[in-house]
Amino acid sequence: MNFEEHAAKPLLAAAGIAVPDGRYVRTAIEAAAAQQAIGPSVVKAQVPTGKRGKAGGIKTADSPGEAQSVAEQILGMDIAGHIVAGVLVEGRSDIAREFYAAIMNDAASKGPLVIFSTEGGMDIEDVAASTPDKIKRVAVDIRVGFDAKAATLMLAGLDLGDAEPAVAGALAKLYAVYIANDAELLEINPLAVVADGSLVALDCKFVMDDSAIKRQTELTEHGTPEKLTELEVRGEAAVIKYIELDGDVGVLANGAGLTMTTMDVVRHHGGNPANFCEIGGEAYTKAQMALEMVLDKPGIKSLVVNFCGAFARCEVMMEGLLNAWEELNPDIPVFFSIAGTGDEEAIKMLKDRLGLDPYPDMDAASKAAVDAAKGGGK
Amino acid sequence: MIIVRKEHRVLIQGITGKQGTFWTELMQDYGTNVVGGVNPKKAGTSHCGVPVYASAVDAMAQTPFDVSVLFIPPLGVKDAALDAIKAGARNLCILTEHIPVHDVMYIMAAAKVAGTAITGPNTAGSVTVGECFLGFMPAFNERIFKPGRIGVISRSGSLGTLMCQNIVTAGYGQSAFIGIGGDPIIGTTTRAALEALDADDGTDAVVMVGEIGGEMEEHAAEYAANMDKPVIAFIAGGAAPKGKKMGHAGAIVMGDRGTYQSKSKALEAAGASVLATPSHVGDVLKERLGS
Repeated sequence: MNFEEHAAKPLLAAAGIAVPDGRYVRTAIEAAAAQQAIGPSVVKAQVPTGKRGKAGGIKTADSPGEAQSVAEQILGMDIAGHIVAGVLVEGRSDIAREFYAAIMNDAASKGPLVIFSTEGGMDIEDVAASTPDKIKRVAVDIRVGFDAKAATLMLAGLDLGDAEPAVAGALAKLYAVYIANDAELLEINPLAVVADGSLVALDCKFVMDDSAIKRQTELTEHGTPEKLTELEVRGEAAVIKYIELDGDVGVLANGAGLTMTTMDVVRHHGGNPANFCEIGGEAYTKAQMALEMVLDKPGIKSLVVNFCGAFARCEVMMEGLLNAWEELNPDIPVFFSIAGTGDEEAIKMLKDRLGLDPYPDMDAASKAAVDAAKGGGK
Repeated sequence: MIIVRKEHRVLIQGITGKQGTFWTELMQDYGTNVVGGVNPKKAGTSHCGVPVYASAVDAMAQTPFDVSVLFIPPLGVKDAALDAIKAGARNLCILTEHIPVHDVMYIMAAAKVAGTAITGPNTAGSVTVGECFLGFMPAFNERIFKPGRIGVISRSGSLGTLMCQNIVTAGYGQSAFIGIGGDPIIGTTTRAALEALDADDGTDAVVMVGEIGGEMEEHAAEYAANMDKPVIAFIAGGAAPKGKKMGHAGAIVMGDRGTYQSKSKALEAAGASVLATPSHVGDVLKERLGS
């Protein structure tokens, strides 16, 4: 789950990392009032994506009138598919130096990774490519943690001058915020040294681990839910993983890997998948709701059903699917591939109730579905 | 220890639950050497014909075990896994999906120090064909698993199962199936599983079922480049949109990272055969094994 800057910064402030004085507002009038209270400001689009500046979503405002006019420009803007619904009006800082600091879950070390660079304010990937010696990375044993002493060791060799103790302290605080909030990624870019020598977090990116939502219920309320289509919202409510795509061949399978592969095979045979919809794991009894969602996608012309029973048994999935099929009586051709646990019972049920035989493998079933969609369906 | 054998003694944490009971019985029928279970509330009783203990530490003291399989809900896994690691388990098979990643990292750190191998989380389990299985794999289905000399590695249970059926249909059998799991941070990586199968005398070739997301297939390719045994790979998710988690928490393309292209390119450069679809595995095995 992504958190917008205005929702992430209070977490830093609460841990003792300074952030600029700011107000989150949803109208241009409020932006003007905020500027009046704060003084010289930056008006920043609040969307859960990077590159806001390049998209024109960050502008300075030296007067309330200017804040109002730039907020009018920014509100409603489309930044990488996100419509700007609010802006953060923040006091402008007199920047002396800009650093980069982040903590993330790292698959390679299987633990937290602390990253710091003296080159802040730019894309960390660009820094890694051009001046890799200016980035320090430390893998942390999560059982031990990461304190200011560990941070000081990490920073050795970087030219930080008088800022070093403050940076070490900020990194330790950042780590504490990362742990307390089940962060997947917590990034400050830039972490600025301002005119009086103190450190201020000028931006903050926070992605929370979706698996921690159940134990972070209060925090989750401040996050930005993933942008979902109507069908995807239905899937979420039914606890069925459904992702809407732009093709016309419906896909229904069990398990994430098999469902992805069914999409791949549809694409391989020249077709376009209409969705990802999996009913594996705990969802294997939900074939009926899943089929309804797949069929409700506008423009769907054919359907490929690919079951491979392991934990999810084929005949249980088939029972749900056939019940739904008989009730909905859809007018599109359907092509089956069935393997694994319970396949023989499922194949017999399919023959008895729909009079259909499965194809010998998912290639044959997918190709038939693609051909049917190209022929315009039934 | 990554490949579990029939002589290894297995503990089931969460043995008395519905899934724990159902799959423990199937594991026992197949030949898995289940020696005990854990449920703090039912300590002192017996379930599926084996004693139930309050903790893995208690179990180890009274009925020593080598491997533990966890049928435990997401927020309970950290404590259960640390209990098994403390007890001295050599291998943990963690089936649970949606464990908070910070908990997973804690388990990994403790396991590393203790020398405990972890399979998963979010795996369907492993099968040592004709010997034993762990988790919820259809090991007992002879059209899917048949003793043979092909090792299989998969991030996905369903797709791994299909690949195994295709292998049997083509006239081959498997030495071992290692389900490594679909989470972004897992214990036994693709590369670690590949190394285990490379070292296994019963394995002549490896079929690797990968997915978009992360860099595990790229790291495995580095090892595959120096292997004598043929490696045949399929990578799922070539048609997936960027930035979406495709059912597995680990299956997500971020920018240019974790793409199908990056993985297939690395594997091909290492001399692996990359399958266009899983249906081709039999033909490619024949080609690579020359029979």
